[in-house]
Amino acid sequence: MDWLNDIANLTNSTFVFTTALIFGAMGGLFSERSGVFNIGLEGMMTGGAFGAAIGAYYAEQSGLTSSAPWLGILAGIACSVVFALLLAYTTVTLKANQAIVGVVINILAVAVTLYLVKVIFNGAGDTDTLNNVLDKWAIPVLSDIPFFGKALFNTYPTTYMAYLLVPISAYVLYKTPFGLRLRSVGEHPGAADTVGINVIKYRYIGVILSGVLAGIGGATITLTTTANFSHTTVSGQGFIALAAMIFGRWNPWGVLGATFFFGMAQALRNFVKLYDWSKDIPMEFLYMLPYVLTLLVLAGAVGKGVKGPAAAGEAYDPSKR
Amino acid sequence: MSENQSVRKWSRIFVASSIWVPIIAIILGLICGAIVMWIGGFNAWDAYSALFKKVFGSKYDIGETIRTITPLLFTGLSVGFAFRAGLFNIGADGQFIMGMTGATILGIKIDFLPWILHAPIAVLGGMIVGGLWGALAGYLKSSRGVNEVISCIMLNWIALYLSNYLIRTLVLKQGSQRSEEIQSSASMSIDWLSKAMDNARMDWGIVFGLICTSLFYIILWRTKQGYELRAVGFNPEAARFSGINVSKNMLKSMMISGMIAGLGGVFEVLGVFHYQVISAASSGYGFDGIAVALLGGNHPVGILLSSILFGVLTYGSAGMNFTAGVPTEIVRIVIGCVIFFVASQGLIQMLYKPFTARRDAKRKEAA
Amino acid sequence: MGQAVPVVELKGITKRFPGIVANDGISLQLRKGEIHALLGENGAGKSTLMSILFGLYQPDEGEIHINGAKETIDGPGKAIKLGIGMVHQHFKLVQNFTVAENIVLGIEPRRGMSINYRKANDRVRELSEQYGLKVDPTVQVQEITVGMQQRVEILKTLYRGAEILIFDEPTAVLTVQEIQELMQILRNLAAEGKSIILITHKLKEIMEVSDRVTVIRRGKVIDTLVTAETNESELAEKMVGRRVSFELEQERCEPGEVLVKINNLTVHGSDKSKNILEDITFNIRAGEIYGLAGVDGNGQRELVEAITGIRQIHAGGVTLGNVDLTQAGVRERMVAGIAQIPEDRQKHGLVLDFKVSENMVLTTYKDSRFGKNGFLNEKEIERHAAKLTSEFDVRSAGIHVSMRSLSGGNQQKAIIARELTRDPQLLIAVQPTRGLDIGAIQFVHERLMQAKNEGKAILLISYELDELYKMSDRIAVINEGRIMGELERDEVDDEKLGLMMAGNILGSKDGGAA
Repeated sequence: MDWLNDIANLTNSTFVFTTALIFGAMGGLFSERSGVFNIGLEGMMTGGAFGAAIGAYYAEQSGLTSSAPWLGILAGIACSVVFALLLAYTTVTLKANQAIVGVVINILAVAVTLYLVKVIFNGAGDTDTLNNVLDKWAIPVLSDIPFFGKALFNTYPTTYMAYLLVPISAYVLYKTPFGLRLRSVGEHPGAADTVGINVIKYRYIGVILSGVLAGIGGATITLTTTANFSHTTVSGQGFIALAAMIFGRWNPWGVLGATFFFGMAQALRNFVKLYDWSKDIPMEFLYMLPYVLTLLVLAGAVGKGVKGPAAAGEAYDPSKR
Repeated sequence: MSENQSVRKWSRIFVASSIWVPIIAIILGLICGAIVMWIGGFNAWDAYSALFKKVFGSKYDIGETIRTITPLLFTGLSVGFAFRAGLFNIGADGQFIMGMTGATILGIKIDFLPWILHAPIAVLGGMIVGGLWGALAGYLKSSRGVNEVISCIMLNWIALYLSNYLIRTLVLKQGSQRSEEIQSSASMSIDWLSKAMDNARMDWGIVFGLICTSLFYIILWRTKQGYELRAVGFNPEAARFSGINVSKNMLKSMMISGMIAGLGGVFEVLGVFHYQVISAASSGYGFDGIAVALLGGNHPVGILLSSILFGVLTYGSAGMNFTAGVPTEIVRIVIGCVIFFVASQGLIQMLYKPFTARRDAKRKEAA
Repeated sequence: MGQAVPVVELKGITKRFPGIVANDGISLQLRKGEIHALLGENGAGKSTLMSILFGLYQPDEGEIHINGAKETIDGPGKAIKLGIGMVHQHFKLVQNFTVAENIVLGIEPRRGMSINYRKANDRVRELSEQYGLKVDPTVQVQEITVGMQQRVEILKTLYRGAEILIFDEPTAVLTVQEIQELMQILRNLAAEGKSIILITHKLKEIMEVSDRVTVIRRGKVIDTLVTAETNESELAEKMVGRRVSFELEQERCEPGEVLVKINNLTVHGSDKSKNILEDITFNIRAGEIYGLAGVDGNGQRELVEAITGIRQIHAGGVTLGNVDLTQAGVRERMVAGIAQIPEDRQKHGLVLDFKVSENMVLTTYKDSRFGKNGFLNEKEIERHAAKLTSEFDVRSAGIHVSMRSLSGGNQQKAIIARELTRDPQLLIAVQPTRGLDIGAIQFVHERLMQAKNEGKAILLISYELDELYKMSDRIAVINEGRIMGELERDEVDDEKLGLMMAGNILGSKDGGAA
């Protein structure tokens, strides 16, 4: 039964990696559904990871223990939302090019966070290691189920939150008036505007939600995986989240599948390191996998070619309605 | 419709910018940097003067500054060229890496040719690999309708890992995380100049960069090919109706763009380092190229000037760190802020609108 | 009725855009239950006025009174609250939403936190029965016809309880029967007590359905008339500002030999079940204007694209002179002598950000006179542009300014100059006078007639029957990608064309009158 145990461990660790991706990709989803391209996801997650490290660090310094990581998450959200507001203000209000501002956010996020880390920690390139990070919660009864208990029900609270986020997002997007309006703004802002829906407001909401979720995503990396923040903490997870959002075809359930798949790719590369034969596997191909698959999906080589929300990428100019 | 419109916007936003926008953007960027330094408890004035002292301090520093400018010039030209054809080449990073990798492998594996043959082969080889990497994004765009921004992001990461794989399996220096040294017959360094500049790493890169700058202008504004590229950039639909093959031109522009970025990578290996390292993250030159192109208004002269500016800032940041203790990231913050202000021209226009309101008024069309 | 408070009263509305006064002190009264037509040429300011009433623009001066109370309408939301609904010329529908979702968007019926879809669908069905607007609430908008989409737009306003309905050029995209249906719908709505403003430039529709008509010219109200007390020619005169002569003063030469042959041309659609163009056959003689009538969206665009080589031909062929061009590319066909004046001049005919001079060689820059060995001969290009702009009276601030800075009429002149100077054998003109004022229309018509008299074959595609009557030697009708029949200039009448446009094949006459 050794291999079964291994698979349970792998699944468990897949979900840990998936957590940050789900938050990130769902963040991208809300932004793009409202019509704003979010290439800055990586930057927002970096902000989240940094905020979590700093927030939890100061909470620890002031004597808090078990609540420190949760305060870290709040701080992560706050940092990420700063970048979201930047994106919203420039692209929605000033109608700046969304892709460029996204690139700027990615550049700025890494630079600003590292700068602050160096300022706060006297020139060190990473934050002090946190003593209080998130612990795994075993759900009573469910965690005792053989295999599944270990694979699914003995993990971090943030992972449970991510599980819940998927159906909640699907419900919000497809069943509520808010979701209908948000999607209408991303598909045809002119139609939304002429029935009295405030396009600007909904786009701000979409982008800010994106910031909140990406911030949580970044924070979970700090608080479950690395326990500190450095320039390698996020390293590309935001782009994988972006890829997952596209691979999942801008749909929460699709995103769940895509993030699980990409999360597994990440879990695998840690997992196979335990084995001798892993030396012969070109790990680089495992790293590449999410990006290659996303390209193939976009090119229509896997399934039908996909298109995102019709109006994503364009600023809404009411004078042209 | 959305696709065309956004394409048209790409070229318009960046082309039709007043000369004031970049200048104000630079000033605002430097001010933002100063504020950030002040928040961090540093003296911004000292830091900025340390920066300039560092750059112009010695012959060595001037030489090294030129070396820093070179890749920025290449990636800036690369991004700018694609912008002119209506494409956002966010993938200059990957093309740069592929150019490096091509040059590294050719520079190491070929060991029987004289310099006169080996060096050109390695340069051309790297350039072509970069060009093909760019053409891949161009192909996905023109034949498959994949947004080039997304495909380029994906291709950047694929390039990074593919390059690591190739270096690791083909030309790894045993027991290290980098390739072996290239053969001296592939070197593009200029040794006599390096000696004259107190051993700064001088190479042919900047010369090629300046050649590319002039070719950029000649191709786009003096040839029929360039006319087609610009027509496609401004209005692909009208170009198609006029018998211009839009797909082919998109492909061409991405390939040329990739070749320019690839050349940047080539000289980084053949001229400067003579080896390539296996790294977890990209150099970021491609993203700096976006900044350079934007600030330079996609015009060759503008790109040259802005690459000099960003090169000076980047090289000088070491001086800031050494003298004033400011983390080098401050320069990335300044660069980020500068593009930010260029991209959100609305912000800058608000600042100088009162002076030019009348001029703008004429341009708007009535509904 | 004269005593009653008007439901809408606009008082002295002025709206300025940079460089133009779109509305200049416009006053207008809409009475309850009437259909009030707003007549004017393109660019007269009708749409701007209605956009102000719907809250899309703010007036610079003037007041709006709704049911006697002064209101500030700062957005569509406010307009909707005041009971104003607008059916836009370009429908504002989310393509991948269902009909019901589009209708309830913004004021969704709820159950708890969710949208109550059942209630939404029921309510849409109810409304659609009440007003005789047949729609299926559960299908996606992208799957229904244009006429049905318009009904969805109307239902959107009714669902919001609109008492005042604005229709912006509602018939432009409809078939003849759909227009008849719409007229009936308008009458029904008025009978139910709704007050309707109908924006149009089509005189016939006004005579048919409206109670009163207000004529606007260059942003000013010229007159408000009771429809029953006026006639088409009086309205036309007021709209244009002078007596309108529909005749050209030029001579009309007789057509010569057959020059262009379109044989059994077939083009597949994106889904294979239906052909966009089916077995199209006709020919055009040298010195002939061949008019093609039909409702927008019946394959005209695809036909042009197939002839010019932009769209792939799946069966049949195109022959010019004795040359078979079926397999030729766009450029080859241009060189062979096909030129076109595209329907959307800004999108397809010009590169607005190019200089005027660069635009003047957009279809000829490859000629060796404009440069050898791949280089451009700037001097020659500028000389050429200067010559064309002066010959065709294209007014601009010089040939170095961007095309964007020219007026619509001058942009069109630039295209005509460029294409006619190429001396083509076949000229395809699609809606060549769309959006132009009367003076520019006359200019375009004269140039086309001159080209015909020089022996060029001209394919004129228009949605305006009057234009076709005026210009064409023969007129054919296209419906759903098929030619319904063709008529000689002297046998054309509205009824025959109307029947064909509605999809009836012309009885006795057949194609190929050469």
